[in-house]
Amino acid sequence: MAEILKMFVALIEILKLPVIDKSNGNNFSSVSSVAVFSSAIFVVTLILIRLLYVIYCNSRPLSKRASKPVSTLIILGSGGHTAEMLNLLAVLQKDRFEPRFYIAAATDNMSLQKAQLLENSLIAENATRVPNTAQFMKIYRSREVGQSYITSVWTTLIAIVHALWLMIKIRPEVILCNGPGTCIPLCAIAFIFKVLGIRWSSIFYVESIARVRRLSLSGLLLYKLRMADQLYVQWPQLQHQYPRAIYVGRLM
Amino acid sequence: MGNDEKTKRVVFVTVGTTCFDALVKSVNSDSVKQALFEKGYTHLLIQMGRGSYLPTKSEGDDGLLAVDYFTFSSSIADHLRSASLVISHAGSGSIFETLRLGKPLIVVVNEDLMDNHQSELAEELADRKHLYCASPQTLHQTIGDMNLSSLLPYTPGDATPVAKHINRFLGFPDD
Repeated sequence: MAEILKMFVALIEILKLPVIDKSNGNNFSSVSSVAVFSSAIFVVTLILIRLLYVIYCNSRPLSKRASKPVSTLIILGSGGHTAEMLNLLAVLQKDRFEPRFYIAAATDNMSLQKAQLLENSLIAENATRVPNTAQFMKIYRSREVGQSYITSVWTTLIAIVHALWLMIKIRPEVILCNGPGTCIPLCAIAFIFKVLGIRWSSIFYVESIARVRRLSLSGLLLYKLRMADQLYVQWPQLQHQYPRAIYVGRLM
Repeated sequence: MGNDEKTKRVVFVTVGTTCFDALVKSVNSDSVKQALFEKGYTHLLIQMGRGSYLPTKSEGDDGLLAVDYFTFSSSIADHLRSASLVISHAGSGSIFETLRLGKPLIVVVNEDLMDNHQSELAEELADRKHLYCASPQTLHQTIGDMNLSSLLPYTPGDATPVAKHINRFLGFPDD
């Protein structure tokens, strides 16, 4: 905070000089550009303050007791990731987490099918309830396994735009994800929505059971940037390394 | 009455959805097949995934294992259930599906994969004596040295702690 204020003051000092030095004729354009610039600085500072507030609130349990179901986005990854997520969904109370939205990578054929099986079995169980509202969507992948990091920058940008489109439509209150790169653009946008006040979403990240000694890249990003509200790890070694992570034992 | 029917003991090899030619080659090698035969296995079934190396099929009448292979199946659960030994790549899905069925497991880590985080899981579970870990080159050695009765059964995990944390965080009442 102190650095931000110092920057702010220094910039104001710099801005004062041209107004004093220039002749009368140039005053108007100088003043208007100063005004625009100061407003920009002001807005940026507001956003930064809001950002710090969001980070402070993150990881603190929601203060209100939940009274109604929360819309939930479930981000599916290939193979092992989906199996773990389905395991978690099996023990979550479905009437608390709805409507449910499932997103999987465009190139992942199996995950949405498996999620559909789960949802269909729920419909079969609860034949008398309101029809299931689960939705299934595909998203462009930021990065394929083995893709070079340089081309990944471009594909990540495309993924971010697509993610933005999906998130604007869904605006979930809860996000469940467990590792694939697909979750990063979505979680980043959810975080930005939080900062801008568009939607307050709680992000729950479960690190994959395959991560014993090191966090995955997705996990590391969400942990370091404090974007996840709660980050769960399945092995005690990770909890020692990352104190803000929560050790929950094995899911599989 | 002669002992005509040998009990069928199947070794099931799986590479999941990956390409793991090194493992398929190793399993197809004489040293590994010999080691398996000496341990009393009769059949070798290889799920080779996206690999390009084709093993040699065999009826087993040359005094060694019967060998067969296929690329994919929608579910390997049945193959796992009927196997006496499973040799798998280090994917967490394959590993836990096998452990939950209580089958003896040798995990072979694919050293060609960039950023091989999979080895962490295999090594941790091997340290906890739930499975054996090997490389394609040392597989025949591991088979020869293994003592399956010394493996500890794996207790399946439970996702309820996570569910509890999530519910509490959101302010839902505890069940």
